[in-house]
Amino acid sequence: MNAKRSDHLATGLIYTFVAIVVLILFGLIGYILVSGVPHLSWHFLTTPSKAFAAGGGIRDQLFNSLYLLILTLIISFPIALGAGIYLAEYAPDNWVTSVMRTAIEVLSSLPSVVVGLFGYLLFVIQFQMGFSILAGAIALTFFNLPLLTRNIETSLSAVPNLQREAGIALGLSSWKTTTGIILPAAVPGILTGVILSAGRVFGEAAALIYTAGQSAPVLNYGNWNAFDPNSFLNPLRPAETLAVHIWKVNAEGIVPDIDAVSNGTAAVLIIVILIFNISARMLGNRLYNKLTSSK
Amino acid sequence: MDEIKDRLLKPSKATHEDQRGKFISYLSIGLIAVLVISILVFITIHGLAMFTQNGMKISDFLFKTDWNPGKKLIGALPMIVTSFGVTLLSALIATPFAIAVALFMTEFAPKRGAKFLQVIIELLVGIPSVIYGLIGLAIVVPAVRTIYGGTGFGILAGAIVLFVMVLPTITSLTVDSLKAVPRHYRQASLALGATRWQTIYKVILRAATPGILTAVVFGMARAFGEALAVQMVIGNAAMLPQNLTSPSATLTSQLTMGIGNTIMGTLPNNALWSLALLLLIMSLVFNLVVKLIARKGRIK
Amino acid sequence: MKRSITIALSLLTLLIIVTGCGNKQSQSKKMTIVGSTALQPLVEQVASEYSEKNQDISITVQGGGSGTGLSQVQTGAVLIGNSDVFASQADGIDADKLVDHEVAVVGIVPVVNPKIGVKNLTMQQLQDIFTGKITNWKSVGGKNEEIIVINRAQGSGTRITFEQSVLGKKTAVKSQEQDSNGTVQQIVGSTPGAISYVSFSYVNNKIQPLSIDGVKPNVTNVTTNAWKIWSYEHMYTRKNPGTEVDKFLKYIQSHEVQSKLVKQLGYISIHDMKVSKDANNHVSK
Repeated sequence: MNAKRSDHLATGLIYTFVAIVVLILFGLIGYILVSGVPHLSWHFLTTPSKAFAAGGGIRDQLFNSLYLLILTLIISFPIALGAGIYLAEYAPDNWVTSVMRTAIEVLSSLPSVVVGLFGYLLFVIQFQMGFSILAGAIALTFFNLPLLTRNIETSLSAVPNLQREAGIALGLSSWKTTTGIILPAAVPGILTGVILSAGRVFGEAAALIYTAGQSAPVLNYGNWNAFDPNSFLNPLRPAETLAVHIWKVNAEGIVPDIDAVSNGTAAVLIIVILIFNISARMLGNRLYNKLTSSK
Repeated sequence: MDEIKDRLLKPSKATHEDQRGKFISYLSIGLIAVLVISILVFITIHGLAMFTQNGMKISDFLFKTDWNPGKKLIGALPMIVTSFGVTLLSALIATPFAIAVALFMTEFAPKRGAKFLQVIIELLVGIPSVIYGLIGLAIVVPAVRTIYGGTGFGILAGAIVLFVMVLPTITSLTVDSLKAVPRHYRQASLALGATRWQTIYKVILRAATPGILTAVVFGMARAFGEALAVQMVIGNAAMLPQNLTSPSATLTSQLTMGIGNTIMGTLPNNALWSLALLLLIMSLVFNLVVKLIARKGRIK
Repeated sequence: MKRSITIALSLLTLLIIVTGCGNKQSQSKKMTIVGSTALQPLVEQVASEYSEKNQDISITVQGGGSGTGLSQVQTGAVLIGNSDVFASQADGIDADKLVDHEVAVVGIVPVVNPKIGVKNLTMQQLQDIFTGKITNWKSVGGKNEEIIVINRAQGSGTRITFEQSVLGKKTAVKSQEQDSNGTVQQIVGSTPGAISYVSFSYVNNKIQPLSIDGVKPNVTNVTTNAWKIWSYEHMYTRKNPGTEVDKFLKYIQSHEVQSKLVKQLGYISIHDMKVSKDANNHVSK
């Protein structure tokens, strides 16, 4: 049986490819963790970084990364959701839509540094935001929008038409059908998009160097007044993230423990992303079950 | 009676809501359009400045090979060739792996395997370029040097690093498009007595082709625009690559390296913006080409 | 779902309003400094000490490169622009409109991969290597190994200084380029046959610093100009930048900062210099 043999062959091939990929991924993550985890300590996580002496930590960078992620999602998620709904549910199949789609894809291929400079000249200088988390979040929105929009659109389109028809048949408006039936069913797919784009936020450096800046001024974590320049909540203060910190330490760092700081930070980044992914997934599953009453 | 008539003739609450909802979604897409247009206009204006203000020739820019804007040499061909080289090579390596992993996750996978792989892949997206670059410098470059000789810096090293970087993007988007293939396609095929591989090859992959191509474009776009990681392993020598292991420079690496050292409004700075414009136009072309392929490959 | 969209949108609006208000409030006491990544750590450190002493002022220090620093101070977008090069050395900058404040001196040293076995070169040999005349380490007394030149990015301050002092008017050979001290340090340390140059503070045990004509690269030799490859770190302002800026610049040039922080960060104090240099590389006592 020829078909059977090629079936076996193909299966074997696919398993081999997967094995290779798994090997690479494990090697990579293992490499980062093995070289980084030994440098981790409570002290490392809770002290501010140092300019030239050994023993600096990453307290502010860690917080900045998380804060930046939240701000970016607040800005980009609603827009992407609206756009995704438009593309999946309302968009007519004509050249305008097709141009829109192409434009979104082009947006995602812009090199970070170009977006960074655009953000710098427009937001930091022109709109006088200064080097700030907000400017950084807006710049990151440029990367996130295409990914998120695309993802939301695909997840919405993947929901069977049957569900739409059922909604309409029940007399619901198409908006109600979309938000009440289609959207909940698409939650897991949308979540993947959010997680992927969150990863991009954590990992981005080039665009942030020119927008959120590369210095981490001393923060006061007891100051809840978001207007105060010292406050950790102020969206208008410059903020160096973990990824930028790694870049900076390796490019121009003169601390004697560059390797420790750089590898340690990388390990922290991986662990943070892991925690974020797992908790987002758990939350998403719960949300999915609740919204679709599948349990 | 009139009251009822009025109520029936007036738009209902649901209609209002519907309109408002539509408005929100139109607003969002409009906002994205504004963003895209503003950044396109911005880059185009800056990118054309070299030709309009400094009087450089576009043909020199595209076809000459000497790059030293400080001395009015603006041949960008080496960077164009290298950028294409690394992007195509990395996509070429990554695509089969990505499709294999995606198939494994959707068609073969025990549920747990798929979930596990997904977490790992999402993890990879979050690793900063700098780290890929550093690992490339520590492992890939020496490996290439030992195996192929030369300095180890070059297109090959760049493509290997990019391969790992674009793998998650291509894989996760491919998974989405495979999942979007309706289940009854599979059932119909299997019911006809097709083996799993026949179903995958003749039905699922065919149905998912446009989606997979989009995934590849997204991956290539990422590879094309990637700067920090490539910059560390490509060698950054603005020379036409002699082979896969000779130091060369991509559009992005040249852009990132030079932008902080040049003065706004001068020729060297404008030349870098022209590189950015070129980058933009080329990713546009990529998109269009793939759109054409996708249209042809669509099942009727 | 719709409610969450509304909430998010209103949050966004709020954020934008916050931005508008926040600006007006804090402009009076804010000082932004942009430019050279090499100078950034020093200025950052000084700024944080300075703001501890002067609570009412908040200083933001960012990198972005010398070119960015000079462009932005020229257009008035920032108050101070950090630069590794003289403003007159940069095309497109009107140096007459800017005021130079030299805040530190940095020495630059050629470095090679330690396995080459070369520890000293003549100035002529160094020039020949970087112009591509000598291509094998054998010719200068090292191993039989091809020379791999790693230059710095075009227009970078370190490269301008190096080429001015070593190459004179000659053009460097086309070669690999890197854009930071850190990367150069790593690549030279791991690539057989590599040669490049870094600031003094980036020399570590994985790379071999070279003496030139028997002169060792150290602080004393820089202060007397016996070691020729060095440059100033500049902080440029526009004319009459205001008392706050003047006070800060005075502080960074003060003996207190120069004798402590400047040295700790691996620079050379401007007060230790026995010679001075102008933009055309003329040295005077």
